[in-house]
Amino acid sequence: MGRKVLLQHIDVPGINTFEVYRKQGGYASVEKALKSMTPDEVTEEVKKSGLRGRGGAGFPAGMKWSFLDRKSDKPRYLVCNADESEPGTFKDRYLMERIPHLLVEGMITASYALGAKSSYIYIRGEYMYIVRILEKAIQEAYAAGFLGKNILGSDYSLDLYVHPGAGAYICGEETALLESLEGKRGNPRLKPPFPAVAGLYASPTVVNNVETIAAVGPIVMMGGDEYAKIGIGKSAGTKLISASGHINKPGVYEIEMGISVEEFLYSDEYCGGIWKGRKLKAVVAGGSSVPILPADLILKTAKGEQRLMSYESLSDGGFASGTMLGSGGFIAMDETACIVRNLWTFTRFYHHESCGQCSPCREGTGWMEKVLHRIEHGHGHSGDIDLLVDVAKKIEGNTICPLGDAAAWPVASAIRHFREEFEYHVKYPEKVKNPKHFEVEPFVSERLVAAV
Amino acid sequence: MEDSKTIQFSADALTVAQNIIKRYPEGKQKSALLPLLHLAQAEFGGWLSPEVMDYVASLLAIKPIEVYEVASFYTMYNLQPVGNCLIEVCRTGPCWLRGADDIVEHIEKKLGIKDGETTADGMFTLKTVECLGSCGTAPMLQCGADYYENLTPEKVDTMLDKLRASGKRSNYLTSNKQEI
Repeated sequence: MGRKVLLQHIDVPGINTFEVYRKQGGYASVEKALKSMTPDEVTEEVKKSGLRGRGGAGFPAGMKWSFLDRKSDKPRYLVCNADESEPGTFKDRYLMERIPHLLVEGMITASYALGAKSSYIYIRGEYMYIVRILEKAIQEAYAAGFLGKNILGSDYSLDLYVHPGAGAYICGEETALLESLEGKRGNPRLKPPFPAVAGLYASPTVVNNVETIAAVGPIVMMGGDEYAKIGIGKSAGTKLISASGHINKPGVYEIEMGISVEEFLYSDEYCGGIWKGRKLKAVVAGGSSVPILPADLILKTAKGEQRLMSYESLSDGGFASGTMLGSGGFIAMDETACIVRNLWTFTRFYHHESCGQCSPCREGTGWMEKVLHRIEHGHGHSGDIDLLVDVAKKIEGNTICPLGDAAAWPVASAIRHFREEFEYHVKYPEKVKNPKHFEVEPFVSERLVAAV
Repeated sequence: MEDSKTIQFSADALTVAQNIIKRYPEGKQKSALLPLLHLAQAEFGGWLSPEVMDYVASLLAIKPIEVYEVASFYTMYNLQPVGNCLIEVCRTGPCWLRGADDIVEHIEKKLGIKDGETTADGMFTLKTVECLGSCGTAPMLQCGADYYENLTPEKVDTMLDKLRASGKRSNYLTSNKQEI
């Protein structure tokens, strides 16, 4: 069994209640921080831990905290990004549903480090039932003196609130989230200024993902140096992976970073192999935005080294032959999956979720969806594949926020690695008119056939 | 057409609304807009009419346009009436890989409606939606506050029958989960 930091007590009956959570050592980080550490010392431990943002960007959390404008006379805010919406990602939901106090504890300890007096958990509106779970956990924490005025008799006071969104992927982008929290449309802001200087209500703000904040308690308890020893190199610690698609055991797994992709995919401790005894065709390893990789490249790098579940190893080879850890949304596809159809659903998603501010994204995602729809439905033209590449290229890097890149990368990578499959769709329109075409007759690469 | 003056939260809902507004700093009451629109949609028949939006604007002392532009941005707000139970089936990649299309097709056949339509008796509206964060338990759908996961056509049938029998209007704030 790999080492667990976040989900260690997940199976303890009643762990969703304050009482049981407390008995398992919960809220000790709040006691330790408030009674024996200065806020800067807490930040220092997080810096030393090497913890990186778990929402997808992987930016060092301690460094993000250190950017917070502490000289400003405005109030400071900590906002938790629980707007989990990246297709393939459901780890935060699992964590909040099963062990809500881990997030509440992290919010208190992190708020203390940042000097926030009011903190918010912004959660996607569809997770409304989890709003109730979190609110109950927060009430319990207030009742036990871990929230409110003069926490544990100290001079530190904090109020914590849950704020639901209302269905908009873009609000996972931190400045769109802040707009939304201010009661506006979720249009991302131009940066700079960064939230650390002018965030919520133009005040200094840190926005962190659920999993990032949940790790703060354990880091304070074990010490940053100890946490940094878990994992591999700059991929310190454990990571929650949301595993979905054509595998035997979909679910959320906490892994110590550095295990091999092969172990994660095939061992019974994790995904348990590909379902129905089929073969693996492709994997989207870090949520829908990251480049898709064919089976051979997800298991081994282009250099022939074993691919590991870590930020560095997954991105080995750049976009030519690598991908990204992203949010840890691991989507596996078996040999019957149609890469074009899967991509069409992703692109439809980005078109639907584009906020519409920037023309390249607003228009480009729509064009890509339209072109993919016709290729997939047997109406593709011979120039369509290059057209897709061209549109994707013109979106990438030309938008205010990363949604444009997130929409472009899946298209570019699918064509990079599976161009033949797109060509097959254009060449044999009659064969792909059945939506289940590759289940009926799996696609066999003409190149591979020739090689055999 | 309802007169906007007749639209008012019940005493209980008004208390909830006031408590929500208190979560935000003084002068920043607009922050309460999204939660209040959820509350209003649940209170006033599952959708947001212009009159309801005007009422929410008055509660927050903001302009009606500030409410309209927000309500039209977020997919969970219905700007048209919907059936008693709004059935939202996820169909993005991970759900599609596990058979979401079959579930949509099954519901369409069973209810005799297409995506976006409402049954003649006003009982169900079917809507396909993008990723609901339930990829590990795909295929799945959402009805009000409840997720129904690891679906099969049989489970969907049971769910639809039980929802019909319960007679309750779905809303995002209150669970009406049926055993399936």
